[in-house]
Amino acid sequence: MHVDWINSIIQGVLLGGLYAMIAAGLSLIFGVMRLVNIAHGDLIILAAYLGLTVASALGLYPLTALLIVVPVMAVIGYGLQRIVLNNTLSDDILPPLLVTFGLSVIIQNGLLEIYSADPQKLDAGQLGVASTNVAGISVGLLPLLMFVTAVVVIAGLQWIFYRTALGRAFRAVSDNQDVAQLMGLNKRHVYGVAMALSLAVVALAGIFLGMRTSFDPSIGGGRLIFGFEAVIIGGLGNLWGTLVGGVILGVAQNIGAQINPGWQVLAGHVVFLFILAVRPRGLFPRMTG
Amino acid sequence: MSSMQDHTVVRSSRASRFAALAGIAILILLIAAPLWAGRADMRLLGELFLYLALASLWNLLAGYAGLVSVGQQAFVGFGGYLLFALTIFGGLHPVLAIGVAGLLGAAIAVPVALLIFRLRGAYFAIGTWVVAEVFRLTFAQISVLGGGSGSSLPVSIVKSVAANRTMREWTSYWMALGLVVLVLAVVYLFLRSRRGLALTAIRDNELAASSLGIDIWKTQFQVYVVTAGLTALTGGLIFLQKLRISPDAAFSVNDWTAFVIFIVVIGGIGTIEGPIIGTLVYFALREFLSDLGTIYLIVLGVVAILIMLKAPKGLWGLIRERWGIELFPLSHRVIYSKPDKEK
Repeated sequence: MHVDWINSIIQGVLLGGLYAMIAAGLSLIFGVMRLVNIAHGDLIILAAYLGLTVASALGLYPLTALLIVVPVMAVIGYGLQRIVLNNTLSDDILPPLLVTFGLSVIIQNGLLEIYSADPQKLDAGQLGVASTNVAGISVGLLPLLMFVTAVVVIAGLQWIFYRTALGRAFRAVSDNQDVAQLMGLNKRHVYGVAMALSLAVVALAGIFLGMRTSFDPSIGGGRLIFGFEAVIIGGLGNLWGTLVGGVILGVAQNIGAQINPGWQVLAGHVVFLFILAVRPRGLFPRMTG
Repeated sequence: MSSMQDHTVVRSSRASRFAALAGIAILILLIAAPLWAGRADMRLLGELFLYLALASLWNLLAGYAGLVSVGQQAFVGFGGYLLFALTIFGGLHPVLAIGVAGLLGAAIAVPVALLIFRLRGAYFAIGTWVVAEVFRLTFAQISVLGGGSGSSLPVSIVKSVAANRTMREWTSYWMALGLVVLVLAVVYLFLRSRRGLALTAIRDNELAASSLGIDIWKTQFQVYVVTAGLTALTGGLIFLQKLRISPDAAFSVNDWTAFVIFIVVIGGIGTIEGPIIGTLVYFALREFLSDLGTIYLIVLGVVAILIMLKAPKGLWGLIRERWGIELFPLSHRVIYSKPDKEK
């Protein structure tokens, strides 16, 4: 009996890696340009479908398809930012919110039109079923790889943010757009690069999501919510906090599911609302919303 | 030196006085709809009224109070489910149940607001969505209301609205019309009141408003609760027309939020006229494009984005800029009595 519980907690921790990846992309662009991308979840599903098309057209393994999906999503991100989203940024929060909301509806229905509402899955092959034994508990290799990838992604973003010229540009436009512009940074370009980076992470999250569970065009909104909850639980502006937030959410969902399958998602929301009630700024906040 | 009497400040204008008269005439015409409209027309009008009510309420919330919610489906679904619960288990008459659903919608909005008002701006928006999901998942767990697959309103309850089908359809039409008049009146009177002025000040500049002594939190809280109650009322009416409810239909983000946002953005956010124009455009588009299915939604999304980028004040904003008219007199204008020729 209690092995089931330990098992579901470990699965929850690993699932938290996926949520942290979703959240990291969201957190990155909020940190750089105070934009909350409502279409973030739908872009993840778009990446999963792109992976499906690339994998089946070229006969590639889903993880190999990342070599194509990641750059394609990054280019989409850069283009989206330069052509559409840069025109929405001002002190008014309404335009970016409504434009990304519109994008969300467009992507969702575009996918529905092309791929239909039938659930799809990326064929993970051997990796999907392989597991390793840790202290008597079997741990799936795919979830483990997913979690390790999330840790690497967050460490990588952290490194870019604090150790590179690009990260300096991100922090500069985040602190003061006008002064950054005077110092010779083209903020429109910097924002474009930030969105490209965000969607590259989205591509990773999308492929892992598609290998782990089946997906259909309608589930994007739910993924956005999970990523958002991980960000808020962890605390705004703290990427490692976001990883903790993702893990808390994943564990809460799996414990909920262990009690009653209908409570899986609900348990995650309840934990989120509880943390919002007792620690409105999250567990490890670094900036204010 | 000019005297103090060379100008007056007015709110109403010829356009608004004309609009008031035309509005009364249209209202009388609409009340008498059973005399001139067919069954299908009346059903369409009823649906139009309900969407206009939702759009006006969302506009008050997002366009005036700066509370951009993408989770108003929480209250639509809540109202719908309470109609079912109160009639089936509480034995209430459906009309009374809808009224009670509105009150309870406002009541549940109080703890919800206390929680999600901790989030600001865009994060507030997603927070409202989480609340709507919590509502959906919770109602899906209530097996006496059909759980995840939902339930239908029993025939006996449907019949208690009115004895025959025609009379029932007329009743639900009149209730929808009554609701939209109520909502527009509440929004208009609220905005003309002292609180409305505070709201406009908050929208234009939060910092300046709070330094003038306006309690931003309290004002936004009041708007949120009132809007939630009226949205729940609307939800009750929507599901009295549909006669069937399920968690996915009741808490649909597309039906009760996406369309509503598109209506307001296209018509013109932050004006009372905007949602009216937007609802008319939306229903006209739907009549022509609904055969296209998902393409229709894509078109609507593209139009809304283009309007947000190119004409953020919407169609009504364009009209107002061009001709300076206002159908609901909210703003003050200065009229100079006579140009002084000797000066």
